[in-house]
Amino acid sequence: MTTTLYTSDHEWLAIDGDVATVGITDYAQSQLGDVVFVELPKVGRTLKKTEAAAVVESVKAASDVYAPVTGEVTETNAALAAEPALVNSDAQGAAWFFKIKIADKSELGGLMDEAAYKAHTA
Amino acid sequence: MLSRDDQYSLKKTPLHGLHVSLGGKMVPFAGYDMPVQYPAGVLKEHLHTRSAAGLFDVSHMGQLALRPKSGRIGDAARALERLVPQDIVAIAPGRQRYAQFTGADGGILDDLMVANFGDHLFLVVNAACKEADEAHLRAHLSDDCIIDSLTERALIALQGPKAEAVLAKLCAEAPAMKFMDAGPHKVAGIACFVSRSGYTGEDGFEISVSAGDAERLAKILLEDPDVRPIGLGARDSLRLEAGLCLYGHDIDTATTPVEASLEWSVQKSRRTGGTRAGGFPGAEKILAHFDQGASRRRVGLRTEGRAPVREGALLFADATSVEPVGKVTSGGFGPSLNAPVAMGYVPTSQSALGIKLFAQVRGQRLAVQVAAMPFVKNTYKR
Repeated sequence: MTTTLYTSDHEWLAIDGDVATVGITDYAQSQLGDVVFVELPKVGRTLKKTEAAAVVESVKAASDVYAPVTGEVTETNAALAAEPALVNSDAQGAAWFFKIKIADKSELGGLMDEAAYKAHTA
Repeated sequence: MLSRDDQYSLKKTPLHGLHVSLGGKMVPFAGYDMPVQYPAGVLKEHLHTRSAAGLFDVSHMGQLALRPKSGRIGDAARALERLVPQDIVAIAPGRQRYAQFTGADGGILDDLMVANFGDHLFLVVNAACKEADEAHLRAHLSDDCIIDSLTERALIALQGPKAEAVLAKLCAEAPAMKFMDAGPHKVAGIACFVSRSGYTGEDGFEISVSAGDAERLAKILLEDPDVRPIGLGARDSLRLEAGLCLYGHDIDTATTPVEASLEWSVQKSRRTGGTRAGGFPGAEKILAHFDQGASRRRVGLRTEGRAPVREGALLFADATSVEPVGKVTSGGFGPSLNAPVAMGYVPTSQSALGIKLFAQVRGQRLAVQVAAMPFVKNTYKR
């Protein structure tokens, strides 16, 4: 059973046990426009909550993707290097960015559920 | 972020309502509320312009008429030569030329187009500089010219390989025009100034039309299935692939035309030994750059990987050196090349094609190579 939470910076996290799969929201991709390049963190890197973890570039601009929680990166999505446009076509599915082992589950308390995120982007 | 007051004070072009009705995503640009893209998005808009025809609203740019008080066009041309290093006298009636206003220290105050309309000169200048340009013209040319700011006009660019065929249906003379021809023509029965020029590297036209007729004309052009509206996002990626300078980024008051690799735009008559050599602001420095060379140059840059190298990235001679040798002034992703492209300033000694440099992006040194511009071959009808 996974739970999906959201940050105010437009990342989503699908939480399964102590591992979170992280990506950017469909709202975020619609604001960015055509994604042409994604830079992912190295597996094994420890990220601090709100630290710049990845970069997503559209034709026009580069945007940081922040770590939504503190933890170690356990896996990254190799498909994004070959096909950055996946971020536009399936932001909250196939275009996940990385998986992170959550160091402190209490950090999840400050994140939004889907209803709160919808209100945030309304 | 803009304050609410700033948002309310943004100016609107005569096509603003049309942009909104077409789903344009509106952003502030040079004091105007402008479409950065339409629902198709920057990538598709860019590629559509290169394969068919794109319609751009560039009405935010400044349009001015310089009318000689003497009634002789040569007097207006000679007067304008006091402010630009170009040969204006040699622009034949019905022709247009690229020019720069230079400052006393040789820097570029703005870049512009100058057309000879027979009895007056017609100028198109950048939106962000237009008030300063008008004041500059009034301060220096008022004895010789009446300076009319044509604020009640819109400017529409139609660019791409299908532009000629599209415009031919509405303006029979359009196909006979050559690159940089300019003059009054009727388009769909509407009185316009039409030039065969643009800012995309593609063949195309720029059409100046009265504000009151602008929306009607834009809608007629958009009725053609080959024409789609294109926002400022794709305008920027198109001009970058074409190797064209963006004022305030690739050229500014700290760059001379020689440093900017714009020597081609300064005719021999205004250079040392020419018939009207010098006589423009900053001539001493600019001519010295022509005669002795400048220490740095604007060059094109290509990367090895897919990570775009953007404006502001510092350039280094090798992977570990501490002191930068130059800086990227425009950079992004070129949709037609499907690869990153950039331009920037490097030491002249390191400006030869193929020279390898490193750009610092997010703390990493990415290999870049000095590359020929335009990155995408231009298709002007000469």
